Amino acid sequence: MILVLLAAGIAINLWSAKTLKFGLDIVGGSHLLLEADMSAINPGDRESALNSLKTVVAKRVDLYGVAEPVIQTAITPDSYRLIVELPGVTDINQAIELIGKTAQLDFRENVATDSATSGQMIFVSTGLTGSDLTKAAVTFNQQQAGSQPTVSLEFTNEGAQKFAAITQRNVGKPLAIFLDDQLVTAPIVNEPILDGRAVISGQFTTDNASQLVIQLNAGALPVPTKIIEQTNISASLGSAAVNASVRAGIVGLGLVMGFMILVYRLNGLLADIALLIYGLLTLAVYRLIPVTLTLPGVAGFILSMGMAVDANILIFERLKEELKAGKPFGVAMHLGFGRAWDAIKDANITTIVVSLILLNPFNFNWLNSSGLVRGFALTLLIGVILSLVTGIVITRNLMRLTYFKKINQ
Amino acid sequence: MINFIKYRTIYFLLSLLVILPSSYFLIRYGLNPSADFTGGALLELRFTGGAVSQAALNEVAQAKLPGTTVQQSGVNSFIIRAQKLDQASSVKLQQDLADQLGPVEEKRFSSVGPTLGQELIKKTIIGIILAAGFILVYVAIRFKDKKYGICAVLAMLHDTLILIGTYSIASVYFGAQADSLLVTAVLTILSFSVHDTIVVYDRIRETLNNEPHLSYGEVVNRSINQTLTRSINNSLTIIFMLLALFLLGGETIRWFIFALLIGTITGTYSSTFTAAPLLVVWENLINKKR
Repeated sequence: MILVLLAAGIAINLWSAKTLKFGLDIVGGSHLLLEADMSAINPGDRESALNSLKTVVAKRVDLYGVAEPVIQTAITPDSYRLIVELPGVTDINQAIELIGKTAQLDFRENVATDSATSGQMIFVSTGLTGSDLTKAAVTFNQQQAGSQPTVSLEFTNEGAQKFAAITQRNVGKPLAIFLDDQLVTAPIVNEPILDGRAVISGQFTTDNASQLVIQLNAGALPVPTKIIEQTNISASLGSAAVNASVRAGIVGLGLVMGFMILVYRLNGLLADIALLIYGLLTLAVYRLIPVTLTLPGVAGFILSMGMAVDANILIFERLKEELKAGKPFGVAMHLGFGRAWDAIKDANITTIVVSLILLNPFNFNWLNSSGLVRGFALTLLIGVILSLVTGIVITRNLMRLTYFKKINQ
Repeated sequence: MINFIKYRTIYFLLSLLVILPSSYFLIRYGLNPSADFTGGALLELRFTGGAVSQAALNEVAQAKLPGTTVQQSGVNSFIIRAQKLDQASSVKLQQDLADQLGPVEEKRFSSVGPTLGQELIKKTIIGIILAAGFILVYVAIRFKDKKYGICAVLAMLHDTLILIGTYSIASVYFGAQADSLLVTAVLTILSFSVHDTIVVYDRIRETLNNEPHLSYGEVVNRSINQTLTRSINNSLTIIFMLLALFLLGGETIRWFIFALLIGTITGTYSSTFTAAPLLVVWENLINKKR
């Protein structure tokens, strides 16, 4: 078990195709400049329009899966702009497409056929738009293997009522779905749809279906926006700062490991082995999830190595006490782990729940959805869970191996 | 065994001695918000003479405007972000740069908004209140008495107040800026503080069951004695890491590490010398009422 974990940790770190992801401060990234077209907006409302633009763009970037972006408004007397910086995005064109598109969805009904242009249909807006949605998702037709992806929509209560009324009066007629004034599809309504669900089946590829879903879920841009500049920027900190923290981490780790050996002798050495496994596994998980590491993130990881030995210290102190009380080694070890576990369990459950509240995995609106706090919560959660595994399971097995004879006496 | 509980008034006075100036500074001066919260300005420059390195520019810019970040955006083009930069100081900075590094032209200048909004702070506080509520209820249930939950949360607030207050003092005297990292540091210390308190409470729970003949004060005192070595050893490992980062980790994260150091120290102190004695005070108050 230990060997498997150790091997997995080393293997993932050495040979995995997944590299550690670093933030803007460490590796730099793409710098995009977006300009909002405020001509239709009241001068007094322009600043708040820019702020809501920022919120929508931030949401899209977050849903796209880019962690630790920098998004800020930039106002000059004659322009309203948004700076978006994304660390390590490989397909920048896709990111631009995703961020810059207004994504105004609207449903239109057919009122007449234009005889002048040989039967082209004229559509007028029904008032049902993307803002009436609660959720969009990519779906595939399950009966057909290899079928085209579709986008399924769920409306709010109000939206569902509107949709029911629209479909009721348009049975047998086409209902057109427009995205940014472009016709996507105009299916014929077979029967009124009352449950507030709809499916758009245009000519989607998996990529642009998921892009549309992100845009619909994040909301349409409140003002027309275009990307006016795109450059690559270097790291703000440079390798010197990162090297300094890594060096500090190694010194700190050396101190912690030395301290453990000094105070707990052989047990301390075993805890040190478990600690190294903890470090390897954590880095492996960072690669797999992936976690975007900024310099503070690196510092947080280093700090977590200092905290990870806590479970071991608790257990070893307990073991000492039980031995002092005259119990034989095997019994003392059993009791040490058992009693320390009570404390460890309660202490760690609170930490896990706190990190889940901050992580907000269900995207509640009233809780944080910012990358910063979530990124922290994620690393905290990973740290607590992995340190429980290494601090208890691995140390215990290492001790069983080492003290094999002593335990069975 | 040392009789820790006997001197509990001293611990509370000591806490008060730190909390009072902390609160004073926090109320009087507040925190010194960084560009993360206030925004600032962005200046993009291009050096038209010879090649200029990011490091060289960074050095000159830092000397003029501390807290500036410099990023390369092209061949000899750089983006400079600073909190206190306006048209006038931008012109001045460009003159200085031209003198020291060669001819320079401005590509753009604009004021930029904060990267962290008020919303982040508001929602983080909601999250913390929710977390505190959960801790209160969970600890109260696990330890079968509401005083454990309430005292654990009180100790947590004690640590947070001292951490933020000390940071306020550091911002007045040493120019420490409250940035996004401070938010992370506060969150870390919240969870550390409760974690540490629960370890002490767990011992009290166990001793209460095993030694029913002891008075409550004696139980708490014995538990403190038994967990003290663990508390100190555990904090030492964390402090080793933080000290290494503080001394060797470079300028950028120094105040972040400072905040974590303060938090670790008060977090360790409060578990033993605030959270546990508070239980005894609580118990005594209830007994007097009866």
